[in-house]
Amino acid sequence: MNELSKNVRDLSAEPYDTRTLLKNAVEQAIERRYEDFFMVDVDSHHYETESFAEIVSYIRNPVIREEAKFQGMSRGGITSENGSYQELTGRITRYPKRKTEKVPPTPHRDITLAERWMDSLGVDMAILFPTPMLNLANCPRFEVELELAHAYNSWLCDTILDSAPRIKSMLYLPFNDPDACYDTVQKFGHRKGVVGFMVTSTHYCRNYENSYMKTYAALQERNLPLGFHAGFHWSEQSQALANRFMAVHALGFTWSNMVHMANWLVNGMPERFPKLKTLWIESGLAWVPFLMQRFDNEFMMRTSDAPLLKRKPSDYMREMYFSSQPMEMVDNRKALEVTFEMIKAETQLCYSSDYPHWDMDLPSTIFDLAFLDESAKRNILGGNAQRLFNLEPVLSPVKQARKAARASGGS
Amino acid sequence: MAEILICREGDLVDGGVMVVTAGRVEIGVIRHKDQYYAYRNRCPHQGGPVCEGVRLPQVQDLIGEGGVYLGQAYDEDDLHIVCPWHGYEFHLSNGCHVGDQTVRLKKYDVIKRDGTIYVAV
Repeated sequence: MNELSKNVRDLSAEPYDTRTLLKNAVEQAIERRYEDFFMVDVDSHHYETESFAEIVSYIRNPVIREEAKFQGMSRGGITSENGSYQELTGRITRYPKRKTEKVPPTPHRDITLAERWMDSLGVDMAILFPTPMLNLANCPRFEVELELAHAYNSWLCDTILDSAPRIKSMLYLPFNDPDACYDTVQKFGHRKGVVGFMVTSTHYCRNYENSYMKTYAALQERNLPLGFHAGFHWSEQSQALANRFMAVHALGFTWSNMVHMANWLVNGMPERFPKLKTLWIESGLAWVPFLMQRFDNEFMMRTSDAPLLKRKPSDYMREMYFSSQPMEMVDNRKALEVTFEMIKAETQLCYSSDYPHWDMDLPSTIFDLAFLDESAKRNILGGNAQRLFNLEPVLSPVKQARKAARASGGS
Repeated sequence: MAEILICREGDLVDGGVMVVTAGRVEIGVIRHKDQYYAYRNRCPHQGGPVCEGVRLPQVQDLIGEGGVYLGQAYDEDDLHIVCPWHGYEFHLSNGCHVGDQTVRLKKYDVIKRDGTIYVAV
């Protein structure tokens, strides 16, 4: 071996490890001194399907439990109904290699993996969501959605949230069954790490139906936010016109939340539940100014269509919360700045990575925005989520150590 | 200009990558069809380790006479470096992003001398 070879890595000999993949993110965290403030990621994911054998044991109905054991749960291959190739044919290496990553026997694998990427990015706390379950509401058998929602929520509380104080979740609401949504809030609303509840946006339920009102009232009473997590469903009729995933993703993730936002507004839900906080997740930001402009214009001509609203629709939207990812950043800095102003980002926008998904955003996407001052950056990267979810702002052990090293004269 | 020794020629197999650290900079050295390419291991998008992903050829939509779509194929003569974080694709030949030539990787010269590979920095 020559003298310089210690500086050379042969990638063919390296095992996959989240910390290696994200080593450049660590550099960003150190350079930007993320240890100086509390950072929250309000939308991250794990692959619950990899723990499906554990989750199945929480299914109460013995018939569905046996079916689930036999059938399993996965997104399916290229011929599946959703036809997805979201993983970009292996281009995003964490998809095919994730399963090979070595972890210690304890804690649970999902905790270790989450804390590895969180520490790399500089995130102190993360709101964790499932992945394939985001399309569970499209299962034609509502009882399956109900059973899996109960099983997943129970498993997540018992296995992850009880023992990982840095990981929180907004639990899955089985939206096809309004009574079960209410029961879910009653059963899990007090559990450790549960900071709200989440509706997956790819469903065909009307969020203004009277049967949901008791759920909204229960959330408002507990001061627990309601999240609408966007998604795509390639089998939805208009999206089925598309033949490339980029089109389905760009449209589906915005459209699914636009529909629910529209119904939420014109039916006056912000007036009916004025203290219920809503978080609109993973639709990016460009759709928000669009809807604000569109709705304000129409509202001024058709106030009779939304008689419960006492102000313009955009006034209500500015009081809602939005997750940042996937933030539209390419070649449109002025548009982005206007968007931040229009949505009152300094108090309403919450950073989200969506890690480990293919379109994840690093904290630097917010931190490096020249039009934000230091206070706005810190609010968006953590302060707004801290207030929204009533979180205790505790820095991660890695960031505490980094801060202590600096205080003692280290770099 | 300094030269950094990477490896003996045979140590890097065709299709393989080695990453060398030069001060605070990482450089990926890629061998493809007996040509060597060297780029800074940092994606201009969000800073991902761009040389540590896969390499894939350009995907083509094949269009026939009258604008008729015929299907898709790979252009094996245009291999891309694909950033593993988000899938940004860059031409291996020049380091330019496939969709925007102004977004590019920093390129380094590779020197072959006496059966040994060096990168000039």
